[in-house]
Amino acid sequence: MHLVLLMLLPFIGALLTSVAGRAHRNMLAGIACTPALVGLLLLALLAPSVLGGQAVQFRADWVPALGLDISVRVDALGWLFAALILGIGLLIVIYARFYLPANEPMGRFLALLLLFQGAMLGISLSGNLLLLLIFWELTSLSSFLLIGFRNDKAEGRQGARMALAVTGGGGLALIAGLLLIGQIAGSFELADILASGDAIRTSPLYPVALVLFLLGCFTKSAQFPFHFWLPHAMAAPTPVSAYLHSATMVKAGVFLLARFWPVLAGTDLWFYLVSTTGLVTMVMGAAIALFRHDLKAILAYSTVSHLGLLTMLFGFGTPAAAMVGVFHLLNHALFKAALFMNAGIVDHETGTRDIRLLGGVAGLMPITATLGVIAAASMAGLPPFGGFLSKEMMLEETAHIVWAGQNWAVPLLAVIGATLSVAYSLRYIFHLYLGQRPASYPANPHDPPLGLWVPSAVLVALTVLVGLFPRTLTFDLIAPAAAVVTGGTAPPFKPALWHGLSPALGMSVLAVIIGATLLRRHGLLQRGWDAVRLPDARRLFESTVEWMVRCADTITRTIHNGSLQRQLVLLFIVAIILGAVGAWTGGYTPGTRATIAAPPVAVVAWLLLLAAVAAVVKVQRQRFLTLIYISVIGLIVSLAFVYLSAPDLALTQISVEIVTILLLLLALNLLPKIPARVSSNGRRLRDGMIGLAGGTATGLAAWAVMTRAPNDPISAYHWTNSYAHGGGTNVVNVTLVDFRAFDTFGEIIVLGIAALTIFALLQPATRGVSGRRLREWVADLPRSPERHPMMFAVAARLLLPLATMIGLYIFLRGHNMPGGGFIAGLVVSIAMLMQYMASGFEWADQRRQIDEHLLIGLGVIIAALTGLGSLFFHAPLFTSSFGYFTLPLIGTFELATAMFFDVGVAMTVIGAVMLALAELSHVAQRVQKEPDDDEGPMDIDPATLREAEA
Amino acid sequence: MSIEFLVASAIGVLTMAGIYLCLRGRTFPVVLGLAMLSYAINLFLFAIGRLVLNRPPLYEKGLTEYTDPLPQALVLTAIVISFGMTALAVVLALRNFLETGTDQVDGVVEADPPRPDPEARP
Repeated sequence: MHLVLLMLLPFIGALLTSVAGRAHRNMLAGIACTPALVGLLLLALLAPSVLGGQAVQFRADWVPALGLDISVRVDALGWLFAALILGIGLLIVIYARFYLPANEPMGRFLALLLLFQGAMLGISLSGNLLLLLIFWELTSLSSFLLIGFRNDKAEGRQGARMALAVTGGGGLALIAGLLLIGQIAGSFELADILASGDAIRTSPLYPVALVLFLLGCFTKSAQFPFHFWLPHAMAAPTPVSAYLHSATMVKAGVFLLARFWPVLAGTDLWFYLVSTTGLVTMVMGAAIALFRHDLKAILAYSTVSHLGLLTMLFGFGTPAAAMVGVFHLLNHALFKAALFMNAGIVDHETGTRDIRLLGGVAGLMPITATLGVIAAASMAGLPPFGGFLSKEMMLEETAHIVWAGQNWAVPLLAVIGATLSVAYSLRYIFHLYLGQRPASYPANPHDPPLGLWVPSAVLVALTVLVGLFPRTLTFDLIAPAAAVVTGGTAPPFKPALWHGLSPALGMSVLAVIIGATLLRRHGLLQRGWDAVRLPDARRLFESTVEWMVRCADTITRTIHNGSLQRQLVLLFIVAIILGAVGAWTGGYTPGTRATIAAPPVAVVAWLLLLAAVAAVVKVQRQRFLTLIYISVIGLIVSLAFVYLSAPDLALTQISVEIVTILLLLLALNLLPKIPARVSSNGRRLRDGMIGLAGGTATGLAAWAVMTRAPNDPISAYHWTNSYAHGGGTNVVNVTLVDFRAFDTFGEIIVLGIAALTIFALLQPATRGVSGRRLREWVADLPRSPERHPMMFAVAARLLLPLATMIGLYIFLRGHNMPGGGFIAGLVVSIAMLMQYMASGFEWADQRRQIDEHLLIGLGVIIAALTGLGSLFFHAPLFTSSFGYFTLPLIGTFELATAMFFDVGVAMTVIGAVMLALAELSHVAQRVQKEPDDDEGPMDIDPATLREAEA
Repeated sequence: MSIEFLVASAIGVLTMAGIYLCLRGRTFPVVLGLAMLSYAINLFLFAIGRLVLNRPPLYEKGLTEYTDPLPQALVLTAIVISFGMTALAVVLALRNFLETGTDQVDGVVEADPPRPDPEARP
């Protein structure tokens, strides 16, 4: 379990720092250090077994159906990487505490840094591929936030966006690649995958999986041609660069190469793809680094080059080279993080990072200079530092590599890379710390406070110690990690400063001599370099992005040109084509189920329906008339439901019909009544054809369904269990409130949202442009002089208690007879709407007791609570319970918890219907309000009449 | 003629009219079209349970012939939801008309009546 804690530590820290956001900087830094400290302690406890060659594992199910487990696995490789992440992370937090100016939000910065730390730790410790992918994506996202930390600067935003686009895009490829690998291996557990290397390498999917996998690794580790994002990510604050772009994030790709080395390496494809990419990146990165002037850009390109070196080593596919790769991973992390911090100090103290403006800084900042020189010497691969050891071993390995039959190519390019590396490292030393001091610096430089240089000093001390005592310090670390990578096939790990007179020593000496010479001629070379115009990766990237945005824009505008018709036509045509293709490939045959002979009444109703439909289409521009015809359709559909054994549906349909017609009437009041034609005859013909095709298709489909016997419908279960377990005989209602109550719950929420949206749309309609239009609106239809007729008002008033009673009755019997919450809610709403119609909005609104918003909210809450209630009885959500009770006079009756649920349904329905219609009439009333219009319940009030007579 | 034929053809005709109306250039017919499509779709869903006469889905012990209750339950909520949808579409159309002064949805902007230019010289 402490393994899970280890994995979660940084996230807990991130949460704490973001909560403590405005606390003192020391406090925040203290909180931020804790996860790393505790984590290192936990790692130290694990060290004996892990470095002894065991893998410690914890596993718990998360989504077992997907093969996604919470699986933490610590082996020597993961341990080494995790220790690097936590150790350097700790130093970076201290460094950042002193580096960030007081006006920058320290809490946010540290929280993001810890988030990133957690993501990286997750990558190194994941024992499950899917879990690893989650953390991988998290590194992309958190690094995006870190690079763009100074989001007020354009270059910060651009750099962040570019990094996200490249690494995130690669992440997508990686997802596909790892899914394929998991598919081949039959498991997403790392342990299983590491054991099925042969199956994966011989699988026909191997090339595809490998390329996708490598795309993920190469983008993350800034390999050519995806290297360009890394230098632009230097817009990040220096602690971020030191952390992300030296030791951790960019190493994630290399780490994965090492992690999957036992599974994927060893083939020709792997060799040529990986080692060539690495080689090209190494040489190219080193060359560019030599000609940059920004200290951080020099270091960034140097990182690109070293990442290339690591990729190349893993790409060779030989166990010895992979071992050197692991060793260099450690060395590079030590000196590169130190160098970034060093460059940050120079920037902090002198106010510039331009190497041309600097020089002779050593005299002013002796401590910084010492640290910088040692770290750069390690980067150059000079003895007796750590970098020398791994570079020498690297050169030794290249000497044995035959590339496409040529045995000179790889060693030659490796020496060129090493030479350039010596040159830019020496340039860092000579042009920055030694050499001529310029007349003045932007600031007054001196050695920084302890907190800034101590973190880098720790790393520099380590790189020196590794160089001096390599066997003592690194053997127990590198040998087991290399054993994990190579499966124990690597030759014994023998780091030493002196290997005797080997070819590697010769290559090394050559590199130093030529490198030093290059630096002497640097001015000349720089002019030559500047004269050659190389394609600017950033501009290429930006123009590609712009081009893609333009394409997307064009496509969007073509489809979405403001015409609803165009979109709907596309939708309908696609649907019809899909249906036609289905019928074509599957074949269309009507079934053989016995049909029911239609009585004459049914035929008459059918004819009426057809006539009404035709009438609606024919007179659709005379809008009031269409309402009458469409209500005929609704009525016939309701009757059809009655006839076809669906009383619940009939009741629902008829009440919804009334509400819908009222709604359309109210809306039509303010819409144009008889608008001009806008479609041409051709257009109408086209739409008619589409309609004909769609109608024929659905008709035929319906016919095909109805003439076939049902195939073991799931509703048999509902039928059998309705009474026994749901306690009701109306199976439709029991289905709604019990079997599928969760669906119903969703539906009432949708209904509530629809009503609230209507409210939101109409409430502000009385302001702004639409408000002006409403005020200027003149009634365009003749009106009855009697606006609130007495007969109507009295009838409506009488109707209210009666309809409410009926609603209640329908509600109560719903569980056993046709009825239920939906229908009851609709009936009651209609009764209340009648009051609005009979006596006007104002009059009815004043007498309204309950707020509709409250009704909707309460309804949903009651339904939810009923559903949740079952959890207390250890039953699944929305399980209902029922019992029978006896009362004198009334007799035995049933009470079910589902009734509470139905109460919620009814309340939401009433609230939603009332809110929609009341709001609509409210807007209409705003328009018609005349100053002398005192709203009585009816125009001629008998009560006042009698008073007047008396 | 069978009941099945009547229902299937009614679904077809309603769909046809629904599609045709949805493709009109103004909001109100689109709303009518949506209503028509709702009828058609609800009937279709209902018909999936096959047509049965005089057997409402009320449970009785020992009864083996019954109409399929499940599509009915689905359609019942669908009817209520289609009311919500129609209402929302109508109100959207209304607000759109109030804001823009036109109820066209064909992407053609109705030309504003030409304004007299106060600085125009005779």
